[in-house]
Amino acid sequence: MNVWRTARIGLPLIFLVIAFAWPLFSVMRVGLGWDGQGIFAPFVDAASDPYLRGRFIFTTWQAALSTILALAFGLPSAYVFARHRFRGRSVLLAAITIPFILPPIVMALGLLSLLGPSGLVNDALTGLFGFNEGPIKLLNTFAIILIAHVVYEYAIVVRLISTFWANMDPAVQEAAAMLGASPRRVFFSVTLPLLLPAIAAAAALIFLFTFTSFGIILILGAPQHATLEVEIYTLMTKLFRPHIAAALALTQLIATFGMLWAYVKLQSAAVTRIRLRAQGATTSTTRSPADYVMRLGALASVLLVLSPPLALLLRSFITPDGLGLDGYTAIMSNDRNEYFYISPVAAIRNSLAFAAVTVILAVPLGVFAAYGLRNPRAWWRNPLDALYMLPLGVSAVTLGLGYLLSLRIGAFDVRTTVVPIILAHTLIAYPFVIRVVLSTMRAIRPHLREAAHVLGTGPIAAAMRVDLPILSRAILVGSVFAFAFSLGEFGATLLLNRPEYTTMPVAILNYLTRPGAINLASALAMSTVLMVVAGAGFFLIERARYRGWGDF
Amino acid sequence: MHLPIPMSAADMVSGFVFLMEVLGVVMDRAITEFSRRGRGGWLLRAAAVALVTVLVAFGAACDNLDVTVDVATEVPPAPTLSPATIEALHEEPRELTIASHDSFNIGEAVIAEFEEQHNATVTILKSGDAGEALTKAILSKDAPTADLLYGIDNSFLGRALDEGIFIEYRSPMLDNVPEQYRLDPTNHVMPVDYGFVALNYDIAWMEENGVEPPADLRDLTDSRFSGRVVVQNPATSSPGLSFLLATVAAFGESGSYTWQDFWQDMIANDVLVTDGWTDAYYTAFSLYDGDRPVVVSYTTSPAAEVFYSEGAYTTPPTGNVLGDNSAFLQIEGIGILNGTENEGLARQFVDFVMDRSFQEDFPTMMWVYPANEDAELPDVFEFAPIPQQPASLDPAVIAENRERWIDEWTALIRG
Repeated sequence: MNVWRTARIGLPLIFLVIAFAWPLFSVMRVGLGWDGQGIFAPFVDAASDPYLRGRFIFTTWQAALSTILALAFGLPSAYVFARHRFRGRSVLLAAITIPFILPPIVMALGLLSLLGPSGLVNDALTGLFGFNEGPIKLLNTFAIILIAHVVYEYAIVVRLISTFWANMDPAVQEAAAMLGASPRRVFFSVTLPLLLPAIAAAAALIFLFTFTSFGIILILGAPQHATLEVEIYTLMTKLFRPHIAAALALTQLIATFGMLWAYVKLQSAAVTRIRLRAQGATTSTTRSPADYVMRLGALASVLLVLSPPLALLLRSFITPDGLGLDGYTAIMSNDRNEYFYISPVAAIRNSLAFAAVTVILAVPLGVFAAYGLRNPRAWWRNPLDALYMLPLGVSAVTLGLGYLLSLRIGAFDVRTTVVPIILAHTLIAYPFVIRVVLSTMRAIRPHLREAAHVLGTGPIAAAMRVDLPILSRAILVGSVFAFAFSLGEFGATLLLNRPEYTTMPVAILNYLTRPGAINLASALAMSTVLMVVAGAGFFLIERARYRGWGDF
Repeated sequence: MHLPIPMSAADMVSGFVFLMEVLGVVMDRAITEFSRRGRGGWLLRAAAVALVTVLVAFGAACDNLDVTVDVATEVPPAPTLSPATIEALHEEPRELTIASHDSFNIGEAVIAEFEEQHNATVTILKSGDAGEALTKAILSKDAPTADLLYGIDNSFLGRALDEGIFIEYRSPMLDNVPEQYRLDPTNHVMPVDYGFVALNYDIAWMEENGVEPPADLRDLTDSRFSGRVVVQNPATSSPGLSFLLATVAAFGESGSYTWQDFWQDMIANDVLVTDGWTDAYYTAFSLYDGDRPVVVSYTTSPAAEVFYSEGAYTTPPTGNVLGDNSAFLQIEGIGILNGTENEGLARQFVDFVMDRSFQEDFPTMMWVYPANEDAELPDVFEFAPIPQQPASLDPAVIAENRERWIDEWTALIRG
């Protein structure tokens, strides 16, 4: 089965070259040589600037802190979603993924409706204690960046870890408990080590996302909170120092690769083959007091994560004269005959079309790549794994400019078509699919496949009949996030936007470039449409699981 | 697309649509398979139907695109047209691509007018803010993605000229532009519009708190505005950069009170710095979600507040600070990109953009003033007075010092 073997490594690599390596090489070639001092001079310049060194340290520090906070905040919820059955579970799972797709400015509007100077919390405090003005001042602080990161990344912790946790056979923990281990000991000596691959995968993803954080840092932070990504953006597009920007982008990439390599080594060492069970069999039926505490904690964090989208939803119905639909009426018609007007229907259609293509490309690509990484003895496995993940550590600004330089060979020019958009969405989505699929794939005990081989099943049939059912849940979670990545359009503004491709996030940003009440109302209405479409999409993908491949 | 490519954008789109339709059918089958096994199948079937509908709608929309092209081709030549134009009408419509910054907005009818007059198909590519759009044009100057770039202003002009991305073209329409709004003496960039970055204040807040509105920049350092002013970061925002330039023009680099002294006092007065206009205006300004009644915006913003209030305001809720040297003149222009294969059509587009129908359409779309002095302003612009003595700097001086000023400002803010 050479074709199969070649494809599972070859296809992801070909994609990486087209969508990642070649664009990056193109922009580096132009950027590093910009000032004519040779390609090493920019690195020397960047490294000798104490300000930029400080930015590197700050970037790493805020990413580490955000990752730890998101994990601590999400773990109890992951447990509850994995082990408890309750009404509305799938609706809630869909809902908590919604914040993940909000454009940063929309997230900022949501957070500040609650925590801003005239937000709900400050209004309540002023009303209760008679302050002159709101006592909580979070705008442009480090704290609100961390809050926003936690709200964004919460869904990753919950979905990735609970997917793994739900299939873990509780017999191991039960045995430990029978042997006299306290619940605490069971958790720290049995459950936590077994969960480690999933926790590490979530941590790696969150670290990468926050390490390259851009929009939230710009909008909610102060100038002194600039990350490397923000500096690259400023140097590239405002100060016109492409050489320094390129040197920083490459440094960021190399640092990311180093961290990823360390992570994949750690993760492949931490693999424990365990018995995976269908979720129905692992649902906990007994309720200890600790379970109730966990449930309460989960409920609190779900409410907290959902409060920014809920605030936006409510605000979209508030008009100067009470409740109303002003924003919705405004987005439904093109009263002023604007050339760039897009109807919500068309914006939904465009967003869904891009999201569908992203899922269809990123999921098979991720699964293929995960298969290619399964062989534990191959020397190239860890570097290859780190390479696959690398797109998440790339500077989006740099990549966007790279597409502008690379997606043209002679007369064949696709730079102004849908191609860069689809490549960018798929590139950011597929590493997620790899992580979520691989952590389950590695835990499958090989004897299942061996049994299939002994019984005369070919490798493809074995993959379809043995692996796929077990992986189905991980694949579906991967699909949810691929869909989400595309709907949320990370770094969309860095590509070229044709009016006919306008998606919901782009439409929201267009409304927010002009002053005036109806523009804000329109943006809020469009944000609500985005949240509803995303929520419905997540829910439907989630539902597919229950009817089909079983509860693995 | 101006390059002779074997695969046009339309081909890409229809290929994409075909792919989507095939995938839709496959997904439909897959979902039917799943739903056979349990209850709730109706939901999935409904989803499949919805998905397929969406795909078909997408396909139909792309078909419409073709229809538009056909209509444009069939425009009958009017007897008054020149022979060259009549000849052009018998040909396939020519394609013209304009790259612009994200704030560009115009009426549908105006673009259609140009397309009909010149038998052309116009594509507008939004390329980020002014700085991003220029960076993209500079980095891809060997193979530009567009024929023209709109949105170059006086703070970025020097950079664009240094990189040689534009072809020289002096439009005859330039004669209708007053001297002070002629952006580029070398005629590589033709002025389209101008505006003034200025401080806006929340009138209701000033009245409620019994505070006298600021009259000029220097007032902002007064203790009554401590913690009350929000500005944008000049390193990330166009109005932020213009405001920094205004302070440089107003206070100068030498003397008893320099622009650095002014910013020191602003920092001592707890000025808030946001990354861009949107978050300054919608999250920090007291008219919306914030608690700061003074914001850096444009002299047209109070008029826009009236225009977009759906009748709630008859006079603006915000006021302009129009004192001498307080507002900064920002002139925006359009240039023909070096490497275009449609130079003739591109010139006609420049003329068209500077002509009355275009010039009279955009004021309530982009909230800027038309460069052509013959263009009539809409009524709502009575609330957008032009400052008597705006601050301005020579583009050459800006080009030479912009990056240094931004660096120095950033160092001041970092403390």
